[in-house]
Amino acid sequence: MGLGEYAVFVGRSLAAAFHTRRLAGRTARAVYEQGFRCLPVILIVGTFTGLVLGLQGYYVLNRFGSEGLLGALVSLSLVREMAPVLAALMLVGQAGSALAAELGIQRNSEQIAALDTMGIDSCGYLVTPRLLSALLVYPAQTALFVAVGLWGGSLSGSLLLGVDPGLYWSAVERAVDSEDVRECLLKALTFGVLTVSICAYCGFNAHRTRSATGARAVSAATTKAVVVSSIAVLAADYVITSMLV
Amino acid sequence: MSPASDNNSAANGVILSVDGLVKSFGDRLVLRGVTFEVQKGSAFTVLGPSGAGKSVLLKCLANIEQPDEGRIVFEGRSLDFRDREMRDAFRRRCSFLFQGNALFDSLTALQNVALPLEQTTPLSRGEIKSRAMEALGQLELHEHADHYPAMLSGGMQKRLALARAIVARPEMVFFDEPTSGLDPLRRNAVFTMIAKYQALFGFTALIVTHDVAEALAASSMVALLHKGEICFRGTPSDFAASANPVVASFRDSTDALRSTLAAVRRGEHIGEDEE
Repeated sequence: MGLGEYAVFVGRSLAAAFHTRRLAGRTARAVYEQGFRCLPVILIVGTFTGLVLGLQGYYVLNRFGSEGLLGALVSLSLVREMAPVLAALMLVGQAGSALAAELGIQRNSEQIAALDTMGIDSCGYLVTPRLLSALLVYPAQTALFVAVGLWGGSLSGSLLLGVDPGLYWSAVERAVDSEDVRECLLKALTFGVLTVSICAYCGFNAHRTRSATGARAVSAATTKAVVVSSIAVLAADYVITSMLV
Repeated sequence: MSPASDNNSAANGVILSVDGLVKSFGDRLVLRGVTFEVQKGSAFTVLGPSGAGKSVLLKCLANIEQPDEGRIVFEGRSLDFRDREMRDAFRRRCSFLFQGNALFDSLTALQNVALPLEQTTPLSRGEIKSRAMEALGQLELHEHADHYPAMLSGGMQKRLALARAIVARPEMVFFDEPTSGLDPLRRNAVFTMIAKYQALFGFTALIVTHDVAEALAASSMVALLHKGEICFRGTPSDFAASANPVVASFRDSTDALRSTLAAVRRGEHIGEDEE
């Protein structure tokens, strides 16, 4: 399994969007799996990230007498870095690992071979809906992460530490501009396509795992999917950030 | 075989001919030039012991595995599976019944059967549902349309897999060890089912199995695959009468077992070869 083969897999899955029948229903199901079912983890992690950012930011800014900039610190940290990266990592942990395991089991039980023998494009049927869904779900989940993170920051900053709420929210409004939002969305879209395609690729090729067969191959493929996707998110984050700053 | 002889074969009622098929995995040569022909409408069974390469042969024919050498001619046309149009056309005309059924466990029986129609035909939802229900009804599964595969018995799952295989009305169905792991009564039931629905739908059946008695009763032609080569091909009665030592040892394995066990019970020493 190599980079070239992965690129062909992604290209084939994207191209299948133009010829796969009844894609809408399967995409809607993928939106439910990636989006709705991952909502709790996004809400919880987003809230705690905001709470911690508010706390840490307050005590750092307090040293310089700049508590009024807490809203700017929390919002820029969330929008430019933490929300797209953490939301992607959470989605990898929940939806990505499930996708890799599901495809690995389908490969093991010859369901993918069955699709091929029926003349159904297995990439189009199994992977394309997930990729299309990622284009919608990752930006939406990232936006939600930002929203609850900002609320968490305001909770710790204003409610617990006494920063004026008006000051906090006006700093948020002044700090975040359209370029920050564009960077955030670009990262979310890139991470979505990268992680879903890596997880799908690992599961799809679970039978080619050299060190294991059967259930162990599925387990190895799932682990590999999570590890490689997480590294890919961080590496892509660095590349995008270095290009945009 | 030349294109002219391919056309002659098709004119002689040959639906599938395999010529010199070779397949290896690494250093292990599994198929060593397999050659045979299948007549349209017949039930052709490839017999052979476990590990003889039967499933690999079937997977090469269904394009799940790529053969290293050899030709597959279907209806007078030499197949080139790299040609997507040709591959898709072949797949629309053939179906494959997997050893483990390969049913989608997250889909109901009806959804499993409807899947090939939904994804490969422009039929409306209503037409697809009625054809899928018709196939389920023909296999006496209409009452289980809303059940998931895990809720069905082994025999029902086999019938469901057959319903999915025939719903697109294929000309040829490949059966990979359809009776593997089943008791004798269920084995008989599966072969009866194949014969019954073959007569009903008129497809050609290519079956690989190691169940000699059932295969001889249900097939019009049999071949024996031994160490990656076809070492016998003929009618079931030819097979039953063949003096070919490989055929005889495979066919008479139960008799051989009986005499070996009798010798063990008499306390005679049995060498490894005899065992």
